[in-house]
Amino acid sequence: MITFYIFIFLPFLFAFLVPFLYKYLNRQVHTGWFVLFVPLSIFIYLVEYIPAVASGATFEYTLSWIPSFGIDITSYMDGLSLLFGLLITGVGSLVIIYSIYYMSKVREALHNFYIYLLMFMGAMLGLVFSDHLLVLYGFWELTSVSSFLLIAYWYERKGSRQGALKALLITVLGGFGMLAGFIMLIMMGDTFSIREIIANMDAIQGHALFIPALLCILLGAFTKSAQFPFGIWLPDAMEAPTPVSSYLHSATMVKAGIYLVARMTPIFGGSAVWFWLVAGIGLVTLLYGSLTALRQTDLKALLAYSTISQLGLIMSLLGIGSLAVYFGPGETGTVFTVATFAAVFHLFNHSTFKGSLFMVVGIIDHETGRRDIRYLGGLMQVMPITFTIALIGGFSMAGLPPFNGFLSKEMFFAAVNDVSHAGIFGLNKIGMLFPIIAWVASIFTFVYCMIFIFKTFGGAYRPERLTREVHEAPLGMLISPIILGLLVILIFFFPNVLGEYILIPALTAILPGMPISGHDVKISAWHGLNTELIMTIGVVVIGLLLFRTARRWIQVMRNYPQGLTLNHFYNQGLSGMEKRSASLTDRYMTGSLRHYLIYIFSFFVLLLMSSLLLLHGIQIDFSNNAAISIYEVGLVIAMIIAAFTVLLASNRILAIVSLSVLGYMVSMFFVIFRAPDLALTQMVVETVTTVLFLLCFYHLPKMTKKIERIPFKLTNLVISVAVGLTVTLLALSANGHKLFEPITSFFENAYELAGAKNIVNAILVDFRGFDTMLEISVLTIAGLGVYILVHQRVKRRGQREIK
Amino acid sequence: METLIVILVGILISIGTYLILSRQLLRIVLGSSIISHAVNLLIITSGGLKTGSPPLLGEKVASFTDAIPQALILTAIVINFAVTALVLVLCYRSYQNFGTDDMEQLRGNEHE
Repeated sequence: MITFYIFIFLPFLFAFLVPFLYKYLNRQVHTGWFVLFVPLSIFIYLVEYIPAVASGATFEYTLSWIPSFGIDITSYMDGLSLLFGLLITGVGSLVIIYSIYYMSKVREALHNFYIYLLMFMGAMLGLVFSDHLLVLYGFWELTSVSSFLLIAYWYERKGSRQGALKALLITVLGGFGMLAGFIMLIMMGDTFSIREIIANMDAIQGHALFIPALLCILLGAFTKSAQFPFGIWLPDAMEAPTPVSSYLHSATMVKAGIYLVARMTPIFGGSAVWFWLVAGIGLVTLLYGSLTALRQTDLKALLAYSTISQLGLIMSLLGIGSLAVYFGPGETGTVFTVATFAAVFHLFNHSTFKGSLFMVVGIIDHETGRRDIRYLGGLMQVMPITFTIALIGGFSMAGLPPFNGFLSKEMFFAAVNDVSHAGIFGLNKIGMLFPIIAWVASIFTFVYCMIFIFKTFGGAYRPERLTREVHEAPLGMLISPIILGLLVILIFFFPNVLGEYILIPALTAILPGMPISGHDVKISAWHGLNTELIMTIGVVVIGLLLFRTARRWIQVMRNYPQGLTLNHFYNQGLSGMEKRSASLTDRYMTGSLRHYLIYIFSFFVLLLMSSLLLLHGIQIDFSNNAAISIYEVGLVIAMIIAAFTVLLASNRILAIVSLSVLGYMVSMFFVIFRAPDLALTQMVVETVTTVLFLLCFYHLPKMTKKIERIPFKLTNLVISVAVGLTVTLLALSANGHKLFEPITSFFENAYELAGAKNIVNAILVDFRGFDTMLEISVLTIAGLGVYILVHQRVKRRGQREIK
Repeated sequence: METLIVILVGILISIGTYLILSRQLLRIVLGSSIISHAVNLLIITSGGLKTGSPPLLGEKVASFTDAIPQALILTAIVINFAVTALVLVLCYRSYQNFGTDDMEQLRGNEHE
């Protein structure tokens, strides 16, 4: 068990070493080589689990964290989390190899880069292996934070900072929604564990919070997975270094939303709202992403929109697959189980081909200094290996054989065809939209894949447009995309090996109630001439036509008005909010201390007076009053006179002396009220305070009263009288009520308990000794403050010192 | 007796509040001192006045005055002293640096 946790937390632990490795060894060895050890070892460790998980076993480990709140780090490994774990560490290893050649060890702050990357890796692993909802949420937000840090890695660029902020705002907003959803889920299921919630479904279905929880959780999933209309952060996140884009923003982090939807399918699947939102938004995102990708001229932006579009595809497959929960075991259920299987399959495929494509773009950027397709062209001759990888990745994404994208695309077409005649949830009316939208979006996908490949590598090579001399990338940079490209082809020829060992266990985790046999979800490249194949042929034919004529219509698309884009609305909304909140804040945060005090006092009076009146708390009882002697009345009158003298004095000495008179009279009251300790302390402190006042007043200006106008004084008068009245009423009512017995009798045993005869002393130094110690530290801090303020170097007047 | 002291406290707090709301730094410090005196009196009053002998054991008496308010006030006196000292020196320093003790001239609302 402990080995498991060590492996899961290895990224965090190793991150502590990175600064030292960077400082002492980076000159000799690129820090990335050390970091590579982390994902590689976890990957190997996880691979050992594959046979067991494939045979249906699940693993559960519990590490007690905050037992008093029932928060344990319960780790749970089933097929789904294992699939993600393998993706995170596998793609992670390849990305780190790639980054070793991509990130210059001389120019870049590599320690920052790798610490953020390890932090992300650890968070992502924690996310997928966590069974506890709140722990999952914590890791979820940590991935957002590390993504923020990685996008802003080149923080001196404005675009990076803005992109990072946008990503953080949108994903954390979704994260809060998800937290709310989780809390509702916890309330419904009365447990923190996802599996216990799934096991106790009866309590949740039909609960009033079912739909709100569903909506909130989907908000989190959709923002993270860049679904329409939240996807706008992903293109801006492309400001990150390319290894990051290929790792976080295509292979892993953006799939966290997919993971969440898959994880929640046993809970929410089968409801119409879930189906329509997941499948519907997924389809809309698919179409929106593929259409917008066509307009892009920046290669990374094109890939970003294509990622959005592909995530939409996976999401819609999960939505369609959730119908399996509705139908349950049986023939119809099995049809939709296959859709879920296609989702998992495409998720894996997308990580392979999109990862390699991002790396290709990184190579192009690195070697030519350009990412804009208007400047590129003809790179086929100079970069043959890169071109081959791009061809494999691009054709796979377009859905062509013999690449893995073809297989999952065919299954996607089969799923949308099946759902169009499922006949429930109103599908009989508009079900036909599913295949139509999917088909149209696939044509656009095909076209942008062709644009990606042939506008960059085809055509005439024009070196004069590029800033540097172009040659093939170094071998180290090519290793990772080559491995991914090989996987793309291998999966096409041996899909069922992957299916049996990794995908079916994941499927079992998503749809626990469904009996799944290898026969139902057998992947094969040739089904005969069926609808799906005809659709694919249609995609290719129309796509080629469109690509040939691209020059004519693509400019029209690029002229799409900026004012109507989602980005524009986001920017307007953000700056509008900033302006409005700034003007609102400026209205009351005037910078005047007096205004702030007025707010405080007004609220004090209003709150206490209204609650006193509303709760009928005013109850004055004179019966318990102690007797008054003439001497005491005299003291009271003297005090009032002294206080008014302080108020009205126009002479500093007079005010200070009156204040000390007041203080000494307070100590006399302490004598009368049987408090000898207080009287002594008050006497000493009052003396010291007076001396301090006299020392300071020498340096302070004379009292002036002319500066205050009548309305100013009147406001002060009203507020001060109101405050005094409130306090008086409150104190009288407090004396009138006796809600509890006093607890003093406990302290009257001071001699037995603390060996002290002075009860007050015993309370201070024994019963509440800690408080007194902290009080002494407050004194120390104040003393230090006084010392520093007195000894601070005096600067010339007019020179602002505090900024 | 309690009612009398409570009224005294109310008057003192009014005067203190008035002083705190004024524009001169020194008057603000004076005001906060007056309020702290008033609060100390208020706390001791809340425990009931003159209900027994001083809270010292060893003398053969029937009852003691409530010791808890006294312990609280003892802490309050010392903390008040620290606060007053710090604020006084702060006034001194800000007058040295800015050349004024008028709160309206000292106000600032600088944005980043």
